[in-house]
Amino acid sequence: MNRSRRLRLNIFRVTVFLAMGTFFLVPIAAMMEFSTRGRSDTGPRTMEAWTNIIKTPDLVAGILASLELAAITSIAMLVLLLPTMVWVRLRLPALHRIVEFLCLLPLVIPAIALVVGVFPINRWMRINISDSILLLSFFYLVLVMPYSYRALDAGLAAIDIKTLSEAARSLGAGWFTVMMRVIVPNMSSAILNASLLSVAVVLGEYTFANLLTYENLQVAIVYVGEVSATTSIAVAVASLLFAFALLMVLSFVGRPRERVARPEDPIPAPASRSLPLSDSFIGVPK
Amino acid sequence: MATAAREAGAGVEVRLEDLRRSYAGVSALNGLSLTMAPGEMVALLGPSGCGKTTAMRLVAGLEEAQSGRVMFGGKDVTALPANKRDVGMVFQAYSLFPHMTAQQNVAFGLSLHKVNPAERNRRAGEMLELVGLSQYANRYAHQLSGGQQQRVALARALAIRPTVLLLDEPLSALDAKVRTRLRDEIRRVQLEVGTTTLFVTHDQEEALAIADRVGVMNKGRLEQLGPPTEIYSRPATSFVAEFVGLTNRLAGVVSDGEVEVLGIRLPLVQPDAANGPAIALVRPEAVSLAANSDVSGPLVGTVIAVSFLGALSRVTVGLGDDVTVLAQLPTSEASAHQSGSRVQLTIRRDPVLIARDETTAADV
Repeated sequence: MNRSRRLRLNIFRVTVFLAMGTFFLVPIAAMMEFSTRGRSDTGPRTMEAWTNIIKTPDLVAGILASLELAAITSIAMLVLLLPTMVWVRLRLPALHRIVEFLCLLPLVIPAIALVVGVFPINRWMRINISDSILLLSFFYLVLVMPYSYRALDAGLAAIDIKTLSEAARSLGAGWFTVMMRVIVPNMSSAILNASLLSVAVVLGEYTFANLLTYENLQVAIVYVGEVSATTSIAVAVASLLFAFALLMVLSFVGRPRERVARPEDPIPAPASRSLPLSDSFIGVPK
Repeated sequence: MATAAREAGAGVEVRLEDLRRSYAGVSALNGLSLTMAPGEMVALLGPSGCGKTTAMRLVAGLEEAQSGRVMFGGKDVTALPANKRDVGMVFQAYSLFPHMTAQQNVAFGLSLHKVNPAERNRRAGEMLELVGLSQYANRYAHQLSGGQQQRVALARALAIRPTVLLLDEPLSALDAKVRTRLRDEIRRVQLEVGTTTLFVTHDQEEALAIADRVGVMNKGRLEQLGPPTEIYSRPATSFVAEFVGLTNRLAGVVSDGEVEVLGIRLPLVQPDAANGPAIALVRPEAVSLAANSDVSGPLVGTVIAVSFLGALSRVTVGLGDDVTVLAQLPTSEASAHQSGSRVQLTIRRDPVLIARDETTAADV
């Protein structure tokens, strides 16, 4: 690549980076500006809306509930999806398309239809099991499945899972060891991706919680917004920044290792010894 | 080091009894029986789909046999899962765990066998030394070449001191030069540790060069099992004759324990063959050429092509009526013949195998 072409490419990259950055940052900056406005247009800037976050019990409860739901949903998603996908790849490849279809199905069903579908189950669970908001994690598990499936599927496709698991099995590893010591470490990036997507979906979920009369973060933001618009915007900015922080963690922790084979190095000659192969070469008469 | 390594594999007898396996109604393995002596290296050789890899996977416990038994040292292991069989395996695909260094890869199996960390490191280092890769102990798989990765995989398989070592086309992904060197390396290591070894390959040269015995497989069955020289010089079936080395198929007539081909009589590998028309399988190295432009007869023909193979050359001679004969000669002799020149063939009176028709594998 010549110098002028490289320069043009760099200019293009910087332009795209700045354009996209502006696209994302301007609304956030506007939200920040709004959330720090004083009581009048001429009044000094104030962090009152931000301090209100921790002073509003419903909001704190909503934040904690959403964080708990995000954690439970992510863990449950991994426990359910990862072994299933590994098993299907290794033992039941014919079911791959069916599992993929089932996992992607929630993507094309409107949330409102899903809520109507789960409503009777939710009512039964609230009466017979618990009234806790954490029950939502069962339904969120369905919601996050398409996104998590895609991330995990890409991770599984990137490694030769069959050979690696068979190698580990032949060395004496049981299936749990194969999963925890061979497969999981080699797809940490995909697992982080799937978890991040789950967290992002759960933190941003409103329809299920609202229609099933639970109060998670988004529902709480709406309620608080009716009383104090600046506080609800401050919470929205905080949740966005939280998602950005997770992305940063992902990009640094889950960075894939370079996997390029080096050219063949000469194999050192074995210590001088003659191989007893004299009777096994082609063409040597018996 | 060598002494310690020798501890690694007290060779045991491995017996496969009437193993059968089919997939979706298609038989992949059709009654394979084979006994390997302690410390022996047996190569299963055959074309793609002949059942050799299935056989190895049944021995490893990675597939379940539909019938038959796998015995290690007299103990029936057929029902044991792969992780309880105590086998070491090197795969065709690179199988090092990418998130571990070479040393950690070799020590992985030892940690599963509850070997203490100090002993684990000592043995891992010893195994890496055995395959000549001590200096690469701290490298990850992606920092090693293909040949180095397969040697680490070999060290990893041997580190657990397996009852049986299984090599599933471990050299297939390597270039020809590295393949030849690593092939000899594998044989050296196997002889040092003395582990009974099953080696699967589709490369006849590889199998003949390093195995104590070679089993040629076709359509899920073992066509012939024997020392490499026997497989090559006394093939039991026409499939073996044609798969192992090049073979001329020449029409002839069997009578009185011999076959008449192109006007000359050749002895048969199995002289009790029934009289009648047959195809004689003649090795190219049994054919020699002499320049002759004057005479005519069934053994006189025209050189069609000369292929240079290095020390040897292969000459294709057309005899008319669409009959062609391959002759394999030292290059110094072959260079005397040019395309289009007339030559007279001589066929050495080695015992030959016959086939009755194109589809019959062995019909003598």
